[in-house]
Parts: sequence; structure tokens; C-alpha cells
Amino acid sequence: MSEHITTEKLQEEAAKLWANIEGKTLTPKDRREIPPQEMPSQDPEVRAHNMSEVALGYTETQARVEAERCIQCPGAPCKKGCPVAVPIPEFIKHIQAGDFKGAVDTIKQTNLLPAICGRVCPQEKQCQSFCTVGKMFKAPEKAVAIGRLERYVADWERANNQITVPTPAPETGKKVAVIGSGPAGLTVAADIRRAGHSVTVFEAFHKTGGVMVYGIPEFRLPKAIVAKEVENLQKMGVEFKTSFLVGRTQTLEQLLDEGGYDAAFIGTGAGLPKFLWIEGENLIGVFSANEYLTRSNLMKAYDREHADTPLYEAKRVAVFGGGNVAMDGARTALRLGAEKVYCVYRRTRAEMPARAEEVAHAIEEGVDFHFLENPTRFIGDDKGRLTGVELLSYELGEPDASGRRKPVAIPGTEHILEIDAAVVALGNESNPLMKQTTPDLEVNKRGNIIVDENQKTNIPRVWAGGDIVLGAATVILAMGEGRRAAASMNEYLAGK
Amino acid sequence: MHKILEKRQLSYDKERDQSVFYYKVQAPEIARNRKAGQFIIFQIDDNYGERIPLTIADANADEGWIAIVFQTVGATTRRFSVNFNEGDNIPVLVGPLGRPTHIEKKDGAVLCIGGGIGIAPLHPIVEANHAIGNKVITVIGARTKDLLFFEDEMRKASDELIVVTDDGSYCRKAVVTEPLKEVCEREKVSEIVSIGPAIMMKFCVAAARPFGVPITTSLNTIMIDGTGMCGCCRVKVGNETKFVCVDGPEFNGYEVDFDNMMQRMTAFKDKEREADHKCRIGLDAGKKA
Repeated sequence: MSEHITTEKLQEEAAKLWANIEGKTLTPKDRREIPPQEMPSQDPEVRAHNMSEVALGYTETQARVEAERCIQCPGAPCKKGCPVAVPIPEFIKHIQAGDFKGAVDTIKQTNLLPAICGRVCPQEKQCQSFCTVGKMFKAPEKAVAIGRLERYVADWERANNQITVPTPAPETGKKVAVIGSGPAGLTVAADIRRAGHSVTVFEAFHKTGGVMVYGIPEFRLPKAIVAKEVENLQKMGVEFKTSFLVGRTQTLEQLLDEGGYDAAFIGTGAGLPKFLWIEGENLIGVFSANEYLTRSNLMKAYDREHADTPLYEAKRVAVFGGGNVAMDGARTALRLGAEKVYCVYRRTRAEMPARAEEVAHAIEEGVDFHFLENPTRFIGDDKGRLTGVELLSYELGEPDASGRRKPVAIPGTEHILEIDAAVVALGNESNPLMKQTTPDLEVNKRGNIIVDENQKTNIPRVWAGGDIVLGAATVILAMGEGRRAAASMNEYLAGK
Repeated sequence: MHKILEKRQLSYDKERDQSVFYYKVQAPEIARNRKAGQFIIFQIDDNYGERIPLTIADANADEGWIAIVFQTVGATTRRFSVNFNEGDNIPVLVGPLGRPTHIEKKDGAVLCIGGGIGIAPLHPIVEANHAIGNKVITVIGARTKDLLFFEDEMRKASDELIVVTDDGSYCRKAVVTEPLKEVCEREKVSEIVSIGPAIMMKFCVAAARPFGVPITTSLNTIMIDGTGMCGCCRVKVGNETKFVCVDGPEFNGYEVDFDNMMQRMTAFKDKEREADHKCRIGLDAGKKA
């Protein structure tokens, strides 16, 4: 584990660099010599016991220094790596000029939620993986820190009350229903409202934001940031209806036929959690990551003093899976007071789908990774409470269809890990509710809604996007689908 | 907004210091679309409140209200009963949730059995069966006289009503499985619907088995979202794991693993007891002031 560097120290180093850079005309060689700026963070020993945000954001000096690492290369390959094609070199150029407002407005041309994306996007697999600077070093981790810069300018805008709320086009009199207030739904709402149509967002929960409030923990994405984005949409005139479950409170058909909505977007997100379907999975103490995280995040169970929703007290917690949700589960378990947290993943660190930063943070905080292991059964006591899990060891074989080397079980390597709670983070099946209540809606064999290249479903006037179409994906991919859907919906409404 | 239009105390259990309350609540959208067997989830605080599922006990679409019936078994229901009165608004109320009861015309009688608080969710099912012309025989039971309610409502919607108490303090002294057997021996029963504590439903299933009559049970597991996202309400049915909120709440009683369900319902019992204890202290202090 590398030693934690304080924000003060990082700022001091950045200031020294800045003194040499400021006001100078830099050659590409000069830029190359600027070291990548580390993200300031809370000390791992401290943060593992609090819910506050882990990554603290660049200082202004750091942002200025990091931005100077961008060489404004022709072709802008980074843009191709972004699902919503943010004008990356252009926004960085504004930072280089010290114009943070110009930078954030540039991002917002295509991405309305930069404070969120700057925090949760897997940049190392998207924009930053294409960055010429990273390629020059043959080290993707030395790419320009596009995500951190995005976050910096979005936070600067919020902190300085500089947020510009877009003015919608004149009212068209057309009405659109957006089902689900997660990243896909919010993106659609913004784009359609901008075109002058009236928009109502229906949310089944009592709070808006979808997975960004029930799933992603406070220490990774503060809820105040999500609330601010919703507030901005409200200022644009978007109406939000919480505790309204489309399909049950009213069916989609009722909204379209009787509610007077001209079009609808389904962005209902992840559905039923996937389990391992092994012995003992219904023992007390075995949780889906969805339940574990929802209790802590949305229901605020971590706030033991105020919250009514109980937490399951556990000293030894094992999380199963290698994605972002598994990292969120493991790091939440630490913060809820577990003495020992294991993360069991059947491949190795190199194959983990989680963001590199989340894995690094989890390791720094003391999560104990069990790679190349997979559970075979859960073990309980006579009261039905979980006491352990039997694991089987694996080795990596030939690459499979996904291109990742396939884990192969090693017979006879069963061993027991003693635990009091298990968190299963293996993704989600699709939510059956829309299909149950809209029988004509076409879904594939996994239950995901089938859409065309414009996100249109088989039902007239109905589009869909995000996890209900993709299966479990990311915030930014959901937003990308939302943008595409909104463009098609706006076109449809304009011609109506 | 979900304003409480009417509040009534239906029963009081001295032994356990628990009451059953009836709230008629303004909820036009839910009233319009709800069907027998469906439930709602409510919170008494939209920030820190827990989510509690309750089956809809009655509704009127024209007047735009639903009725919920709950027992003060924990901190939230206790505070709900004390702090929320006629004219107050319930901060969070979502529904109708779950799949509706499958109601169809039957040759033989439909035997509806409600135990304790389970009498409330049974009521719409009795009414719906009655409305389509099924012969409805209803059994309602409770530990003791004070815990019975809805007797008149049930009589109105049933061809025959049998009332039992465990201690014989009112009507017949019996547990609900006794009339279940008698009715099945006596006449053709096409379906049994049993709603009540898990242990009661388990015994009803055992009693029904020799007669081979289909039995539907309604499960009241712990839930959070109630819309098919968290998986908290899962229960073993047949050899599969089912989610009560979207696959249920009603399942073929012969297939439900009641032992697993009862175990899972104890997951947070210690915490709940602790919270209930603190809540009582808090409410008592409030009363004195």
C-alpha cells in the first residue's frame, strides 16, 4: 500500500509546477514533462469509517497544471471514447485559459451531468484510454485526467453559484412522460424540456435520482450533487412525481391514452438482483447488493441514530463480484463497522470490471480480495443464520467470448470462509413490471426491452433506454441512450 | 397528498399492548387502479422512515380513497398510530403494488380464511369473489374476542360467515383449520384463500392437502422498494426463489416454504424489538408532557 499523500502536499507540489508554467508558451515537450496530478483523497484509515466523499477533487492549481498536460492533439481521439461525445479538448482549452465557466458550458453541450460523470464514469476505459498523452508514455494511467478535470469545473460551477439553467424553447403544448428518474430519465427530461415540451418524470421511490441515490454510496457520489441536478431540471420546468409506479399506479397505456401524454420514455433501470442460485442463498444474512446498498444509501440506515430502517450487524462480510457495485458493497460494509471485509471474485484483478480507482480505494481501505475463488454453498446455523461460505478455487484458462480468460474450477479445492453476512453483487435481471403491465411490449429472452437504433420500442410513441435495455451498465451509457432517445422523440414531436 | 380521512381503532390486545387501526386515506390514483390482493408501501418520514408494506383493505374509486389496516407491532406502526390523525398527511404512499388476486367464476365454493390482522387483506378478496357470483364461505379467527374486526363487512360479502376464537371468548372456540376441514368435508370447495400469520397459513395448507383443494396464500415478507429491485422479499416457492413484491404477494400454498419464510422474517427481530422499546419510551414521554 502506498503512503497517503495529503491535499496540502499535493497542492504544494502543484504550486511549484505552476510557478514554472504560468504565463509561458509550452512546447509539447514541456507538457510531456508535467507529472500527472494525483487526486486528493481522505486518509484511508479515516475514511473507511465515515460516509463522506473519498475523492476530494483537485485544487484550482492542480486543475490548471493537469490541464496543461493536454497537447490539443489533432483528431481528438479522446472524444471517440465518450458515449456522449463531450468536446474534451475544447473544454480543457478553456481550463488552460483559466475560464472554468467556459469549460463547464462546453461540457454541457453534450453532457448535462458533469459533476456526476466526473465522479462515476469509467474514464480509463473510455476517453482516457484513447488519450494521445497516455499512448506516448505507453501508460494509460498517465493519460490526461479528463474525468478529474470534468469534475473540477462542474464543482467549481456549483460552489460558485455559476450554474446556468438552460432556457427552454417556447412551449409547444406537447406532453412527455419519463418513467424513472435515473441517469437515462434525467437526460431525456432535460433534452425534451429544452425543446419546449412539457415533461413529467415519474419515480417509484420517494426520492429522485434512481441508482445514483439508492445504489451508488454517498462516499462516492454525494446525494446533494444529484439533488442539485434535479433542482436544475425543476428550474427548467420539469415536473417530478415521486411514489408513482408506472405500470401499477397507472399503466403506460393509461398515461398515453387518458393522461394526455404524447410520448413516453421508459428508463426503469435495473431489475431483480441476480443470485448465485446455490444452496443456502435464502439464509438470513445473505443480501443482494441492491438491498444492502439501498438500506444504507436511500434509507440512510448508516445513520443509526435517525434512520428507522435497520442494518444487519455483521463482523465478517463477504462480497461476491468484481464490478463497481461489489466495490460499493465492500466499502459500505467497512463503513458500517465490519471488522473484516472480503471480496470474492472468480477471476483476477486484471479482469475486474470495476473502475480502477474504486478497486485501488477498496484495497487502500483494507478490503481483503480473494481472487480466483467462487462460492459453492452458504452454510447456516439452526436458526437459519449465515455462518460461512464454501469456496472453490479457480485458475484462468483460455479467453472466452468476452475476451477475458475464463476461470476454470480446480476440483477438490473446497474450503470454508467464516462470515456473518454475504452481499451478492453479480448484476441484475430485468425488472418484469413494465412487461407484466404492458403485455404488447417486446422484450428479449432476458426481459430487456427491445429498441431500434433510435431507442424506439415496438409500441408507438414509446422509447426506452438505460439498464432496462442494456442490462446492467453505467451511468454514462444510460445517458448516451437517453440522448439518442430524446433526439428521436423531439424529432417525432416536432413533426406531430 | 395522502390525507387521513378517517381513523378508527379496531382492536386492542392487552396481553401484547398492540392495537389494530383502520385508516381511510385519500389516494385517488391508487383507488382507481387497485384490485383485490394488492398492497401499498408507506413511510411516516420521507427521509429516515422505513418502508412498510400493507395490503389494501378496502377502496372506493369514485370517492378516491383506500383503507389500510395495521397492527402496532413495531416502532413505525406505533408512531403512525399515535402521531397521525384525521386530517394529517402520510408523507409517502405508493401503490397499488403486487399482482392482483386471480378471481374467476368457480363451480364450487370459495373458502376464504383470515386470521388476526390477515382479516383485513382478505376483505377485498371476499368482496371480489362475491361480486362475480361465487359462493363465498368466510372464516375469520383471532386469539381472543378483542382482536376480531370486520365481522359485519365480511358477513355482508359472504354467503356464510364462521367466526372462531382460540380462547372461546366469542363465537366458537376453535382454530381456523377446524372449520376449514368441516367445510371441505361438507361441500365442494373450488379454492381456499388463506391469509394470516405464516404459521396459520402453514397449518391451513396442511389441513387442505388431504382434500386436494387449491389453496392460495398471501405472503407478508419484509420489503424495501416493493417494485422488484432489492430482492429483500424473496422466498422459496416450489424449487425456485420468488420475489413477493412482483411475483406475488399470493402464491400456491402447497409450494411455499413457510419455514424459510418465517426464518427470514426474523432477520431484524432484535433490532425491531429494540426500536419498539425506545419508541414506547419516547411516546410515553410525549404523553406525559
